[in-house]
Amino acid sequence: MNPLYIIIGLLVLVGLWILFTYNSLITLRNRVREAWSQIDVQLKRRSSLIPNLVETVKGYAKHEKGVLEEVTKARTALMGAKNPHEAADADNMLTGALKTLFAVSENYPQLRASENFKQLQDEISDTETKVAASRQFYNTNVLDLNNNLETIPSAWVGQIFNFKKEEFFKATEEEKADVKVQF
Amino acid sequence: MATINTAWDHVSGNVFKTWIIMFLFSLFTVGVIYIIAQGFGYGEIGGLGITGFALILAGIMNFVSYYWSDKIVLGISGAKPVEKKDNPEIYRLVENLCIAAGLPLPKIYILEDTAPNAFATGRDPKHGVICFTTGILQKLNKEELEGVTAHELSHIGNRDTLLMSVVSILVGTIALLSDFFMRSMWYGGRDRDSKNSGIFMIIAIVAAILAPIVATLIQLAVSRRRELLADASGVLLTRHPSGLANALQKISSDREPLEAANRGTAHMYIINPLKGSEAKAWLAGLFNTHPPVEVRVKALREMEGKV
Repeated sequence: MNPLYIIIGLLVLVGLWILFTYNSLITLRNRVREAWSQIDVQLKRRSSLIPNLVETVKGYAKHEKGVLEEVTKARTALMGAKNPHEAADADNMLTGALKTLFAVSENYPQLRASENFKQLQDEISDTETKVAASRQFYNTNVLDLNNNLETIPSAWVGQIFNFKKEEFFKATEEEKADVKVQF
Repeated sequence: MATINTAWDHVSGNVFKTWIIMFLFSLFTVGVIYIIAQGFGYGEIGGLGITGFALILAGIMNFVSYYWSDKIVLGISGAKPVEKKDNPEIYRLVENLCIAAGLPLPKIYILEDTAPNAFATGRDPKHGVICFTTGILQKLNKEELEGVTAHELSHIGNRDTLLMSVVSILVGTIALLSDFFMRSMWYGGRDRDSKNSGIFMIIAIVAAILAPIVATLIQLAVSRRRELLADASGVLLTRHPSGLANALQKISSDREPLEAANRGTAHMYIINPLKGSEAKAWLAGLFNTHPPVEVRVKALREMEGKV
């Protein structure tokens, strides 16, 4: 057997391995992007409910301008968010503003009794769960990609083709503290 | 890693063990086919021809039950589909867990039965079906239902219908082949080569008797392994092991029998619905479709606080 053939054979094997690893990294990265767009879908869904909510609350609670402005501001920030980091910040801001809004609404029995308001509140709390779920799926995919970019040997291929690790979508300190129930 | 206790460890451990079982099963199948084919000898229809016939027959039978798994099971059980407006709570619960799992929304069915139970099926995630009994919706709280739903969605995501169909094809092939062989022993196998009637003949007879039983035992081992895997992958979705653990305890301690369940469909439910069929002894335990509830709950309690 000619040693040349052995060398050529080895090179072909290494080439194939690089090809497959590269392809799987691309797949993982695309999955992260797709998962990100899914968060985006849920965030859009959530922000599309806000104007309706603001209008409804306005009808019953005109004096709560400050709270409503806060909500609208957070919504605008969320619509303009360009990366996971910004979106996470804006989303957390919106969650906080909505919490205040729903707390304030407790003072308006007529508002609370409104069927429309109840429905919106329901929808919004459901989208919140959906945002959290899509965030979780995104993080699962980021974990997958990052694991591959940090473990050898796929990390080498990642370095050759300049793959970047992705950022996790983090929950706020406030959300983490939510677990504690206070009476 | 010194101890295996996070949900991730449980997932990768169960995936690894499935591969080991499947590898050994393949070796076993090839071995049995070889021995019985030798027993048949190379007569007019050789052993390999008969093996091929058994494989095709088992393949067709199982393909039907695989491809139409959703329709067949729903037809047998008589479950009814649910729309969002019928039951928004369960619809949203499934929808939200699907988002977390990255799965398309399966069709949701409800089975009119007060016994608490649930199952999932479908040839691939796009044809996924998840079914709850009215009993499980009434008796479990939201966290427990989330645990159960995540377990069922994990069966869909892990392609368990596909895996179990492949296993059934192998089991079916072995069973048919053994059957053909035993029949050929009764009806005029006398024209065979005399050299095959020696020690190989005896080995082949023993194999034909034992192989179907062993194959069934392996099939049940795979089934139990996939239950543990679905428990662990389910926990990765809810991040809340005690929800499923509590649900399993509640369902198993409920003594009401599920009308729609029978031996053919029992393996699909989250807990074996044929009450009292769960054997405790080690030997009898080999014939269980599900691992004992205590084992599953213990594994789940172990994951507590580590996901």
